[in-house]
Parts: sequence; structure tokens; C-alpha cells
Amino acid sequence: MPIKHPNLKLNRLTDAVPAWTGDIAPEYLHEICQQVRDGGGRLVALWGSDVRQQGGGFMLHITLMNESGLVCLNVPLPVEHPNYPDISRIFPAANRMQRAAYDLLGLYAHEGHDHRKWLRHGAWHSGSFPLRKDFDAAASLTHEPEDYPFVQVEGQGVHEIPVGPVHAGIIEPGHFRFSIIGERVLRLEQHLGYVHKGIEKRFESMSLQQGARLAGRVSGDSTVAYAWAYAMAAECIAKVTPSSRALWLRALLLERERVANHLGDLGYLGNDVALSFGFAQFWILKEQVLRNNAALFGHRYLMDKIVPGSVTASLDVEGKHIIEQECDMLDEQVRILRNIYDEHAGVQDRFIGTGRVEPKLAAQLGLCGMAGRASAQAWDARVQFACAPYDKLDVKMATYRNGDVAARVIVRFDELFESLRLQREIMVNLVHDNEAPTLLEKLPANGFGIGLVEGWRGEVMVAIHTDAQGKLTRVHPHDPSWQNWPLLEHAVIDNIVPDFPLINKSFNLSYSGQDL
Amino acid sequence: MYQILKQIIKTGIKTETPPQADEGMRLIEQRLQQEILDVFGGALAIRQVDAGSCNGCELEIHAVNNAYYNIEGLGIKFVAGPRHADLLLVTGPVSRHMEVALKRTYDATPEPKLVVAIGDCACDGGIFGESYASCGKVSNVIPVDVVVQGCPPTPIAILQGILTAISAKK
Ligand code: SF4
Repeated sequence: MPIKHPNLKLNRLTDAVPAWTGDIAPEYLHEICQQVRDGGGRLVALWGSDVRQQGGGFMLHITLMNESGLVCLNVPLPVEHPNYPDISRIFPAANRMQRAAYDLLGLYAHEGHDHRKWLRHGAWHSGSFPLRKDFDAAASLTHEPEDYPFVQVEGQGVHEIPVGPVHAGIIEPGHFRFSIIGERVLRLEQHLGYVHKGIEKRFESMSLQQGARLAGRVSGDSTVAYAWAYAMAAECIAKVTPSSRALWLRALLLERERVANHLGDLGYLGNDVALSFGFAQFWILKEQVLRNNAALFGHRYLMDKIVPGSVTASLDVEGKHIIEQECDMLDEQVRILRNIYDEHAGVQDRFIGTGRVEPKLAAQLGLCGMAGRASAQAWDARVQFACAPYDKLDVKMATYRNGDVAARVIVRFDELFESLRLQREIMVNLVHDNEAPTLLEKLPANGFGIGLVEGWRGEVMVAIHTDAQGKLTRVHPHDPSWQNWPLLEHAVIDNIVPDFPLINKSFNLSYSGQDL
Repeated sequence: MYQILKQIIKTGIKTETPPQADEGMRLIEQRLQQEILDVFGGALAIRQVDAGSCNGCELEIHAVNNAYYNIEGLGIKFVAGPRHADLLLVTGPVSRHMEVALKRTYDATPEPKLVVAIGDCACDGGIFGESYASCGKVSNVIPVDVVVQGCPPTPIAILQGILTAISAKK
């Protein structure tokens, strides 16, 4: 049992990862959060749901994590004033999630210190809430002008540089406001939400299998992680376990996604410090991985290969051989390139000490995933909560203490090599058969399930709630970028403006995954 | 430096030796280069606008810059602003929060301008469709010359889309 509290009764979920759920009244929320925090635990996600049709009011959901596993708290809130105590003083990462829960559902964190809108810009009225079941899209439409109260930095010689939402380059849109003095950054404030496209509402009109396609498009670079987390949540509700072949294939796809993304980022990180050689080389390698994906699995980014109940991919002996060869090739080539990066004085000069997040700050603010591990936050769901088949793989976690761009590069390299090792292990264990995938078509009524997968960026969580007919009534996908965006604001302080693209790239956070 | 040169030589020139599956690619490249010469006097400037995509389409737009597709070698450059762009490459369903920014980018692009909508979402709203938060397809917001389907479309399809747009311009 991960948390003990006299007013909390936890039930274990039948899940691939250790997870519990229980109801708690709002007045005990602080005590429980504080207990988890004091024990070194973290906030994973916060979202809300409208349960008025099931005879309730609203519900706040909070997923916490400690070394025993996940705890999903349900906090019932009244219809009239769905207020709950602010938890951002305990978990600072809650700030933006609470503001989003207000924008989308009208759940209000009282005593909070920041009530600015987050996901709502000017597309719908301030008094209307898209994820309420009685939301009227047509009547809520507005074209309110954009106004976001940025925090002003004052002082002699302080300048502001607003950037975005459309960036100079092929990047997702978002607004960054720098306050600078000379070339030095005093403060960065982000304003995101530009690519909010109503993903969560969309789920509510979809069948279980359609939802899998949508989950795979929350953040395109992490399609495997999302599709798996979604499938895991559905399988948790249905109490089914996919075949072991399907699970081995899922892990293979997830590691291939990690390799492709790390290769791409390592190339761009070279490019950002004027070593275009690095971009050229790493992107040749990435392209080879993508082509093998297309040849073996029918999609360069492996979209729609993981579905609730199973996988729609298979791999025969010849395919295994291709992957083994690819692993050998990458192993050799990446070693050469790593050596070049390590030996290149100009590259190291730009990487080392740039965009640093100290371990203490990382722990305090909840930095997670790959960037977290580069700042000594030793969490990796494949290690701590190893679901099958990771329980048989003994993943070696990559951690580093320096928290700078160089550290995030090192962690990427280490994880890349580890993913190659894992792929080889998976090849040994994966038996080929022509088993037809057993798809899960329907879920039991009034269910709740959760999936947690360590994607290349960090832990991706998907929660599914079903209604009295077993239909999707609420789906919440959570991207690790929620936690990490605020840390980027800290990482750039005291750096020079021209280093921002490099620092930003070293995190490579998702806009679409947090804007939803 | 020696290590870098050695690696460059060993890697060879990928663009001239595309793997077999990409023979069609060579034809597209040649035609593209010719059309760019004919229509734009040798260089085409592209402004990419993510108007609400899942970032999947961006991955493939990045890929057209790799050594296999080498879009820069064809005389195509991605530029940092709309004012010196010839063509807008727009992805995603247009989120309502990006509607104004997209229109502004379009208005700031000098005539004659071309718009290529990349990906199923940009073509018809895709999986996200139209909603309280999404305007759906790009042509609901700005005029579109060419649409490229796919989720995401392959780099070759993207190059083809650009070629189609500029050859229609003649
Ligand atoms: S077409 Fe597909 S890859 Fe492109 S933005 Fe839409 S969902 Fe993402």
C-alpha cells in the first residue's frame, strides 16, 4: 500500500503497473499530497471530469507516484462550487494543470496564487467549459482578443523580446517572452495553448479502437508511447493481458521510437552549435531507422501499431535479422559520432554549463523523464514499475548530475545504446507466429483504468473513464512536458539569448502534448 | 577534424545514391530543380507554419532536410519569416488559437504566393475534425493551392506537393 491515511481507502487496480485508486474528501487532500511529497514522491497528473450524469457533481483526479507505484485520487466536488484546495504549493508542477482544469471544466483551486487562464485563449467564453457534458460549442464561440497578463520585469536597461507563436524554423507554435539585460536572460515566461485542438473532447465521441488512433496523435513523436499507455488503460479496465508476443513487440516499437527521436535530437544539437556535420550524420542514421520501420511495420513512425488488446504488427525471422543488422550498424556509427562530439572543443564549450537545472531545483519543481535523469532525478518507469516485458529486461537507467545541455546529451547517448541492447534482447525472446490480433472492442461499464509508459521524453500517462454503457466518457492523456516546460524557464536564466535554441532543443518538449 | 573528415568520406554522398525504393525520387528531384529554375529563378523560399498539428507532419518536414532528400540542394530554403517567403507549408487542423496567426502569416507573405497543405489534418481536418477548438482544414482559413495527404505524408509526397504547386504556377 503506497499511502496510509485514515480517510483514504485504496483499491488496487488490475494493471500492468502497480496502481491504486481511492476517493478522498477535499479537506484531506493537502495531508495526502504532503505525505507523498515528504516521502520523495511526485505529482504525475491532474485532471477533472463531469460526473453529473452519474448522479454526482464534478470530480478532480490526481495521480501521484512514489516508489511503491501510482495512486489515483478521486476528489468529489459539488455541482455548485466545484472548488478544491490548491496543491501547487506542495507540487509546483500542479500550477498549469490546475489552470487547465479550470479552463476546461470550471474546477477552481481556491487559495491558489495564479488563476490566469492557461489553455483557453480567446476561442470560447470565460464562463463556458468545453469538457462539461452540457457544453454548447456554438453558443460558446467567441473571438475575444488575445490578452495574457505576462509578469512584467522592471529595472534599468531591461528589454522584452516577445517570440512566437509562429517560430523561425520548423517548430510547434508557442509564445515566449524574454526579459533581457544586454544579452543575458533575466526571465523567460511561456504562454502555451496555441495548438489546443480539443483532443479530450474528441475522445468522448469515439469508440475504443478509434480512440487508439487519436491517442497515437496527441504528440506525433511519441505515438508508440501514447498508444501503449492508452491500450494499457483499456486493458486495465477490461482486466485482460495481451499475449506475450504482443508485449514483446510493443517494447520493440517503443525502443525504436526512442532511438529515432534521440538520433534526431543529437543531430539537431550538433547543428545548433554550428556543427552541421552532426545533423547530416545523425539524420542519415535516423532515416535508415525510419525506412526499416516502414519496410517492417508499414509506418515510418509506427503509428497505429499498438491497439487495445494487441498489436497490428509482426516480425518474421528475416525482419529480426534486419533489426539486428541495424543495431550493429547504429552501435558502430553512433560510437564514432559520440567520440567526435566528445573531442570537439567547440561543441563541448557550448554544451557544458549551458542551460543548467540543478538537481535540487529539479526535485523541487518535479522535472521528469530524460531531462530529469540528466539532473539526477532517477525515475524511469521501465525500471521502477517495469510492466511486462520490461520485468524481464532489466533496463539500465541513465542518470547524470550536471543538469546542463551536456548532461542531456550524455543521457541521450546512454539511453540510445541501452535501447539498442534492449532491442537485441527482445529479438532473442520474440517468437514469430501468425497469431491473429485479439482486439479489445468494448469496455465494461463505469470503469477506470490507467496506463503509464516511459516514452523517449518521459513518462506518458493515459487515464480512461467509461460510462454506464462502457463508452469512453473521459480520456485524459498526460505528457511529461507539463512538468518540464516550467523548468525550461529556469534553465535559461542567466544564459545568453543566442543559446536559447540550443537549451530549448536539449529539452525538446512537446507543445501538442500539453496543449491538447 | 581528421575524425570528421574520415566519417564524411566513409558516409559518402547519400543524395546521389538513394536506395532502390526511391528511384521515383530522382525524377522528382530533377523536375523540382528545373521548375524552381524556371519559375523562381533558382531558389524557392518556404515558410513552414504549424497551425495545430500533432508534430507528426513536422517530423517529415524535418526529414526532407536530411541528406537523402536534401531539399536545400534543390534550391529550396526554409526561411524564418513570411516576408521573404514564396510558399507556405501549413500543417495541422487549424486550431482556433492559431487562426489569427495563420491569417497574419498569409497576409504578410508577398504575392505571388503559394500554399501547400501538408497532411490529412490540413487537407480535411483529419482525426481532429472541426470543433469548439479546431477550424478543421487549412482551406477553411486561407486559400490553399495544393493538398498533400498522408498521416504524416512521406518526404517524397511532400516534395511532390511542392513541385505540383510550383509547376502549376507557370
Ligand atoms: S496528418 Fe497525422 S501526422 Fe500530420 S498533424 Fe495530422 S495527425 Fe499529425
